[in-house]
Amino acid sequence: MNAGIPLSYFLILAALMFFTGIYGFLTRRNLITILMSVELILNSVNINMLAFNRYLYPHKLEGFFFSLFVIAVAASEAAVAIAIIINIYRRFTTINVEDVNEMKY
Amino acid sequence: MTLNQLMFVLFGLMLIVFGILTVTSRRILRAAVYLLFVLVSTAGLYFMLNYQFLAAVQLTLYAGGIVVLIIFSILLTSHISQKFEPVGLKKSIFSALAAITGAIVTIVTILDFQFSATAEAAREIDMKVIGKSLLATGRDGYVLPFEVISILLIAAMIAAIVVAKKGGPKKSVSDN
Repeated sequence: MNAGIPLSYFLILAALMFFTGIYGFLTRRNLITILMSVELILNSVNINMLAFNRYLYPHKLEGFFFSLFVIAVAASEAAVAIAIIINIYRRFTTINVEDVNEMKY
Repeated sequence: MTLNQLMFVLFGLMLIVFGILTVTSRRILRAAVYLLFVLVSTAGLYFMLNYQFLAAVQLTLYAGGIVVLIIFSILLTSHISQKFEPVGLKKSIFSALAAITGAIVTIVTILDFQFSATAEAAREIDMKVIGKSLLATGRDGYVLPFEVISILLIAAMIAAIVVAKKGGPKKSVSDN
């Protein structure tokens, strides 16, 4: 399936996706869009690990299982983050990071 | 150009274009839908790398689970027709500068580095191998991270329920 495509193409694609996520993380003001940027970053790392596993160490399983665990961590992270975001919305009626600047209640 | 390369270019273009739209779109629901396209094309790349199981997990868990969760929380917290204010020029220029600099450094390093593949025979990762490895100890065994991730998932579920349940408007906070 990957014949004719060098490894570096996958890595460059993942790097571009990673830095797109970094840009979104730096510029966004809304908590949910920041979470979406984090999902982009996690996905690009997964592409990296799977490409390394397929091209360089096809007889091993590390990259595959690491990306499986990264997906599980990302799922639990999204669940907790959205619970926190909904709690913040109830308390402040906004999820703009600039308006949410007190943790004490 | 073979069919492989054509598909790679297609998925790569989808990934980059929809990724940029995800982080720049001023309507939040559209950003979530663009994120869905990004995740689907990532699953396509996993299919191209011949990891069918992980592509299926990506489609069901990310595209089916997390995106729906995000869309629900968008519907709960923001107004659909609301548009974000445009990002300040200075801020967007400096963020783009940081991102582009990082991308250039990474890409130059990748192109410079000589990757050397092993000569070992490739091993197909089918469902049997995955199931056995997840519960095996010793070599190629991943039982410890499996157990840790199961505890993490339980903790995350309980934490999500506890965090989202308590609270309420600001005046009734003092009685818990």
